[in-house]
Amino acid sequence: MKHLDEYRDEALARALVDRLTAVAHHPWVLMEVCGGQTHSLVRYGIDGLLPAGMEMIHGPGCPVCVTPLEIIDKAIALAKIPGVILASYGDMLRVPGSQSDLLHAKAEGADVRMVYSPLDALKLARENPTREVAFFGIGFETTAPPNAAAVWQAARQGIRNFSLLASHVLVPPALRALLGAPGNRVQGLIAPGHVCAIVGLEEYQAIAREFHIPIVVGGFEPVDLLEAIVMLAEQLEEGRAEVENQYTRSVRVTGNPLAQKMLTDVLEVCDMKWRGLGEIPKSGLKLRADFAAFDAEIKFALAHNPVDEPAECISALILQGHAKPAQCPAFGTRCTPERPLGAPMVSTEGACSAYYQYRRHDIEAAQAELAAAGARA
Amino acid sequence: MTTPALACPLPIPADQLIVLGHGSGGRLSARLTEQVFLPAFRNAALEQLDDQAIVPVPGGRIALSTDSYVVKPLFFPGGDIGELAVYGTVNDLAVGGAIPKYLTVGFILEEGLPIATLQRIVESMAQAAQRAGVLIVTGDTKVVEKGCGDQVFINSAGVGFVPNGLTLGARQVRPGDRILLNGSLGEHGITILSQREGLELAGDLRSDAAPLNELCAAIVAAAPGLHAMRDLTRGGLSSALNEIATSAQVGIEIDDRAIPVTDAVRGACEIFGLDPLYVANEGKMIAFVPEEQAAAALAAMRANPLGADARIIGTVTEKHPRMVTLRTRLGTERIVDMLAQDQLPRIC
Repeated sequence: MKHLDEYRDEALARALVDRLTAVAHHPWVLMEVCGGQTHSLVRYGIDGLLPAGMEMIHGPGCPVCVTPLEIIDKAIALAKIPGVILASYGDMLRVPGSQSDLLHAKAEGADVRMVYSPLDALKLARENPTREVAFFGIGFETTAPPNAAAVWQAARQGIRNFSLLASHVLVPPALRALLGAPGNRVQGLIAPGHVCAIVGLEEYQAIAREFHIPIVVGGFEPVDLLEAIVMLAEQLEEGRAEVENQYTRSVRVTGNPLAQKMLTDVLEVCDMKWRGLGEIPKSGLKLRADFAAFDAEIKFALAHNPVDEPAECISALILQGHAKPAQCPAFGTRCTPERPLGAPMVSTEGACSAYYQYRRHDIEAAQAELAAAGARA
Repeated sequence: MTTPALACPLPIPADQLIVLGHGSGGRLSARLTEQVFLPAFRNAALEQLDDQAIVPVPGGRIALSTDSYVVKPLFFPGGDIGELAVYGTVNDLAVGGAIPKYLTVGFILEEGLPIATLQRIVESMAQAAQRAGVLIVTGDTKVVEKGCGDQVFINSAGVGFVPNGLTLGARQVRPGDRILLNGSLGEHGITILSQREGLELAGDLRSDAAPLNELCAAIVAAAPGLHAMRDLTRGGLSSALNEIATSAQVGIEIDDRAIPVTDAVRGACEIFGLDPLYVANEGKMIAFVPEEQAAAALAAMRANPLGADARIIGTVTEKHPRMVTLRTRLGTERIVDMLAQDQLPRIC
């Protein structure tokens, strides 16, 4: 298939691995930021093709994973209000909150609909004028503009029975928190291609300067990722710390001004709790006061009940590269994608879930080896 | 950044209600069978957990199978609910090595359904039965109040005759077996999804609904050492392979490059964030054949129009029992897991 096959081509990938082996002379530790990149990396086993010693740390960029439990509980409470239709993306419906998930709420009688876009939810509101339609929208700078656009349109068209339950997070504050944490191991970043397609490169240039770290904006296919890794290795070997763009077919330096305008017109920056990382100042987006009438949290006065993460989950260590999923005693036993203890096991774009789905056999073998070594000792 | 505070582990999500995932053909379906149906009905035929039960009768053995059909929309490119109800049960019998003979059909109709719609479905079923060479010999009709059903639900059950000396089943599968697939994956599931979502995709997307009994009989004739066949319906190739790996206590290795998927299906899967290995089919099957008979089986499949694009996609191994692995296009290896429930389109 055109525009896809060339980025999954074995010969191209092999050539990039050869180039990487020729270029990289040090055990560089890199992070791919976006969950889509993590998924692709694990699915195609790309980290296994890297020269010995080089390591990939899987970043915090899975939007489903980092959505706090409280907001999922709020979505479930909202869905259960009589007269409400709760619409969301498919993969949000089965993410467990502290007690249940939206699919179970649906089984109990709540009107929960799977949609492909917030504009589909807006259409539902138009078609069901006697019902309240709430869209549960989460995600990074990629999904925020369409959600903002839906609210903007609802306001312009006077669709008063539409509202947004939003949990939007921003990538740069999380990166700053990770790179600035004591004991940070990350030496190079593959920046999230689709986020950069919206926001542009400016803020990433600031991060590269602040932390003297090379950043390559990368795509999501195997050849994209390998090329980004080669570009980072070249920068690191040469002592450079610049922002380079591997994903030129989608990303422009200035990003998408129209989407940026929609973001700033409708949403504003706020403090935000991340599942797995905790509270990060100015790392989220919420609806501006002008659009309060479309804010589901305000409209339905949803209760905020803080929920603590299970202590057993070591997601903070995993997101910082201090531990691998296999080193977690709960991995695959007390923590599975069906019953996740914490963020990285929640969606297939989280590191633990991707490992569980694609390389459980390696991990089980490693765990058995560890146990055997322990028994011998 | 805060360290997670000390807290009790999360309560286990309430599992007391049926959710849609229980009908997905994935792990939730399997759990329902293990925890609800098997304990109540347990017997030797049921415990095989194949697509059909093979039971002795005076003078030989028969295969029995039943399936219910709840597809929306009722009519779609390449088929309709009536065809599915005939072919689905025919195929479940055929992959057990049986010659499908007789079907029963039960209709659950929603009050208000136009009789013309029912007629269109029934005519399609008659044609499908003729194509598959089976007779619909008895049936039943119930009508439920408007709102208590969704237009038409159909149950069909079938009987087939099992040739003497032939024993197929997941538990017959052995290390060394080659795995043969009759054609490209995902056409039915993606067609239905596109219709449901009103997505107009480029390319000719049609359901692959078809009767596989002649193809199966041809494989049986060409490869007498055949160990098992499965049709790939909901849950797709991955569910079928995982079920067999578990039943036979073997490992399975497949090669991504050998698995045919059309550009139209691949394109749609990219848009929805789905994996074709998990998407439903209605005219695809796999066969487990000893290595020395694999070439003959493949030739027999390719001689049948429904197997023209047949391939050898993998091998059964002693390594990693109960696990299915895939060699990727980059030469690396990964697991093909059984999903807990349906794939859901991803957020980004």
